[in-house]
Amino acid sequence: MEVLVATAIAAMTGAGAYLVLQRESFPVVLGLAMLSYAVNLFLFSTGRLVVGQAPVISAQATGYTDPLPQALVLTAIVISFAMTALVVMLALGAFLERGRDTIDLEDDPEARP
Amino acid sequence: MSLGLIVLLPFFGALLPGLLVRAGRDTAAIGAGAVTLLAAIGVALNAPEVLRGGVVSQSLPWLPQAGLMASFRMDGLGLMFAGLILGIGLLIILYARHYLTKQDPFGKFLSFLMAFQGAMLGIVLSGNVLMLLVFWELTSLTSFLLIGYWRHLPEGRQGARMALGVTASGGLAMLAGLLILGHVAGSYEIADILAAGPAIRSSELYLPALILICIGAFAKSAQFPFHFWLPQAMAAPTPVSAYLHSATMVKAGLYLLARLWPVLSGREEWVWLVAGTGLLTMCIGAVVALFKDDLKGLLAYSTVSHLGLITFLFGLGTKAAAFAGVFHILNHALFKAALFLVAGIIDHAAHTRDLKRLGGLMRLMPLTFLLAGIGTLSMAGVPPFNGFLSKELMLEAALEAGHAFGPLIPVAAGLAAAFSVAYAGRFLIHGFFGPVRHDYPEYPHDPGPGLAISPLVLAGLAVAVGLMPEPIAGGLVRLASGAVTGAEIDTHIALWHGLTPALGVSMAALLGGAVILAAYRPLARGWAATPRPEARLIYGQIETGLRRGARALTAWLLNGALSRYLGVFLVVTLAAGVWALGGAPGPETRPMLAVPPGVAVFWALLVLGSACVVAFHRTRVLALVAVGIVGLMVSMAFVYLSAPDLALTQISVEVVTVILMLLALNFLPKRTPAPEGAGPRAWQMGAGVIATLTGLGAGALSYALMRRDFAFEPISDYHLANSVPGGGGANVVNVILVDFRGYDTFGEITVLGIAALVIYALTESLLGGPASRRLIAWTPDQARAGDRHPLMMVVASRVMMPIAVLVGVYIFLRGHNTPGGGFIAGLVMAIALLMQYMASGFAWAQARQKIYYHVLIGLGVLIAGFTGIASWAFDRPFLTSAFGHVHIPLLGDAEIASAMAFDLGVLLTVVGSVMLALASLSRIARRAGGEVLSGLPAPHDDDAEDRR
Repeated sequence: MEVLVATAIAAMTGAGAYLVLQRESFPVVLGLAMLSYAVNLFLFSTGRLVVGQAPVISAQATGYTDPLPQALVLTAIVISFAMTALVVMLALGAFLERGRDTIDLEDDPEARP
Repeated sequence: MSLGLIVLLPFFGALLPGLLVRAGRDTAAIGAGAVTLLAAIGVALNAPEVLRGGVVSQSLPWLPQAGLMASFRMDGLGLMFAGLILGIGLLIILYARHYLTKQDPFGKFLSFLMAFQGAMLGIVLSGNVLMLLVFWELTSLTSFLLIGYWRHLPEGRQGARMALGVTASGGLAMLAGLLILGHVAGSYEIADILAAGPAIRSSELYLPALILICIGAFAKSAQFPFHFWLPQAMAAPTPVSAYLHSATMVKAGLYLLARLWPVLSGREEWVWLVAGTGLLTMCIGAVVALFKDDLKGLLAYSTVSHLGLITFLFGLGTKAAAFAGVFHILNHALFKAALFLVAGIIDHAAHTRDLKRLGGLMRLMPLTFLLAGIGTLSMAGVPPFNGFLSKELMLEAALEAGHAFGPLIPVAAGLAAAFSVAYAGRFLIHGFFGPVRHDYPEYPHDPGPGLAISPLVLAGLAVAVGLMPEPIAGGLVRLASGAVTGAEIDTHIALWHGLTPALGVSMAALLGGAVILAAYRPLARGWAATPRPEARLIYGQIETGLRRGARALTAWLLNGALSRYLGVFLVVTLAAGVWALGGAPGPETRPMLAVPPGVAVFWALLVLGSACVVAFHRTRVLALVAVGIVGLMVSMAFVYLSAPDLALTQISVEVVTVILMLLALNFLPKRTPAPEGAGPRAWQMGAGVIATLTGLGAGALSYALMRRDFAFEPISDYHLANSVPGGGGANVVNVILVDFRGYDTFGEITVLGIAALVIYALTESLLGGPASRRLIAWTPDQARAGDRHPLMMVVASRVMMPIAVLVGVYIFLRGHNTPGGGFIAGLVMAIALLMQYMASGFAWAQARQKIYYHVLIGLGVLIAGFTGIASWAFDRPFLTSAFGHVHIPLLGDAEIASAMAFDLGVLLTVVGSVMLALASLSRIARRAGGEVLSGLPAPHDDDAEDRR
């Protein structure tokens, strides 16, 4: 099981990193979303993998998995949504203002810092 | 009055003039003067204790956990300095009132001046070196503001920048030095550091600490080679020059040397460094001063020279020399402040300070001549004025040191004394003697009482100290130098010591000075012809070089290629990861879990989905579908791996995210063009390599982590044990969110709300800018669906709405005990609302919207915040939760926790944020496509009006 989770994290991180390195905004946004999945799963996995022991207190439970990474990841998921929404908006705004979809400013003399 | 209050008073006073100046410049001056007087009275009330030989101290807890106290102390040295700062401050306020013209913003001037006064008082009354340093930097800042007060003058701005650059850099060095000192002494309290003198002197860190502290003190007190900022600071209004750059601020470095004298002096390095620098500065300053034609420039270099004299005296390390140094601090403050004010009077009356354009003022300005005479004679060290007394003591100390360190010291001291006689004489003779001229820029006259009183008082004191040194100054100087040396001082000051060698040197200096002045013209020609390095220009070159370098570096690092930044970022992270985590991670201690076949299918879908995202990323809709699949599989993983809350959150976020991206994609190009040319293709290859390595690294890291047990005992056991008894909920994840780590959650919903508001603001600015025109002219690049609002979907979504909301309420209510809670419920409700937008159109949904989403966000954050604050009413810390059982008819026993109110805040914020983000995007869509509205009533349609 650990191998599967680790390879899943590897696949999502790799895909995310590749997309983030593209020069157009939409792939970068998708890449960020993929990286968020990977990071969230990674953080979650620091609580180690446990099956069938949800952290809900009950008399029948045989044990509980570590609830803390779950709580942290839960807010992280929501925050990464907010971040994705913001980046999407920025990408859209940049495209509508400039008429171009690239994220690099190097061949855009006006926009150079 | 407590010392802390005395230090704070001028800072309060800094606020007053800004208001009072509306009632007139006099009122503002009186206000500032009253505060200064009050602080002076406060110092006077504490004086008897100090005069009895005690130390007044006060300590307030500041950061007691870190061992930091806001402590103040006043001994003899502090008393003398505080008296100088406040006494001269009062005179300067009076003088400035009459010196500055109506065009100058007087309130601002007084505010800066009072802030400076507070900072300076802070330095001399601090009982802790770190606090001293804070005040030290404050004097640099206020001095910057005051030098640049006439900000229309370029030399004012340049001088201010240079002063700040030099003194603040020195302050950084001093910070390092004081940290070392505190480290060796084990405390940052001055009293403790003074007690740890022997330990510090024998420490191997003594030399670095000494050098660093000296750099700070020398920069502040304009010692060679940092002296050049002081003449440049003369662009400040003259009252500022008199106050900051002769009487008080430049003495801060000397104060520090005096303060740390018992700790740092006593080793040979101290003598070489401090006395050597002082002697050199004294000579250089005196020589340069002679050849300055500007009255203030002459006085500035003379100040440099006199500061060098005092540094030299402290550097010698003997009690007698320290006594002379303290005495000269007092004397110099009196006569030099008076002389600066005289220079200001001349400037004010004749509209020039150039000695070449002056002369013959004696007959036109007799009172000013009297004042200038007292000041210059005292500066030259002519008896019976006060400057003579301390100069005699200095020469005595120099002769003494000559026995130990060679005859060079008394010779140099004598030479500097001769030059100071010459430049003082030049001030007086070239300025006031000679025939009355007819080409002054303005016909000079004596000043009115407003300008005359302050220098009169100072000159009067200079004469009084000279004639009756013992009754007026003796006790105070003995007390202050006793505080410096930490020992009883029994030296007595007298005008006549008999025929001593020092008197001989003094007379020789007077004679030599007269000779130098007589030969001034040829000497000045020679001086002008001599090439010499200009410290000011060298500093300018260094500054320009640094600035160019920084700009080149910035341009090289930030060239606008965002993907390159990201590439660099990834590679560095990767390298850091390999560097930090490379090597053998130790044995694997956890067994692997078995893999049921169903789970393997999910895994295969996830990996395949990731591959598809990469493979099809140029066809954007396909890539988006693949991302959706991956997200779904991640939530499946959460389901299987005992994280029901995460699974619910992930799946609902997934829905919202995909809708959001689809909305955006409507306007973005549907395809990403393939790279053309060798460069971009190579970049793609590089990106592939970097991405592969990053993925492998992340996977390996997580695998290594999962196969090993926790390195430390996790804190989760506490959460599991206390969830029910302490938080009143069985769902530990939810209890952590709303209770144990409620403060985190509070911050997170705030961030969420801010993100949504930023999106809203971005939309606003987009719709107001050129993008708006582009949108109105926008034509869909794809065929539209035939029916934009299919009846089936409209009906279904309206039926679903109450059910979905009910489900949301249910998930919310049960969240404390079973999977669910505010975050998930909020997302579910947002999806229910979104469906209305999708099925019936934005205008239809918006027309029926009763509450603005901004209000929801604000309400959510407020409710969460007030729930936390409510626990204060029960004397508990922020966000302590309470819970109890309530019997609800029909539904039975229910548990109500205050955390539920907090969770309600979370829910409202989530609904508001998600909806605001998506509604903003739909507004853009509406701006572009008119027919969305067709056939539908739109009573509150702002956007439609915008469009027209």
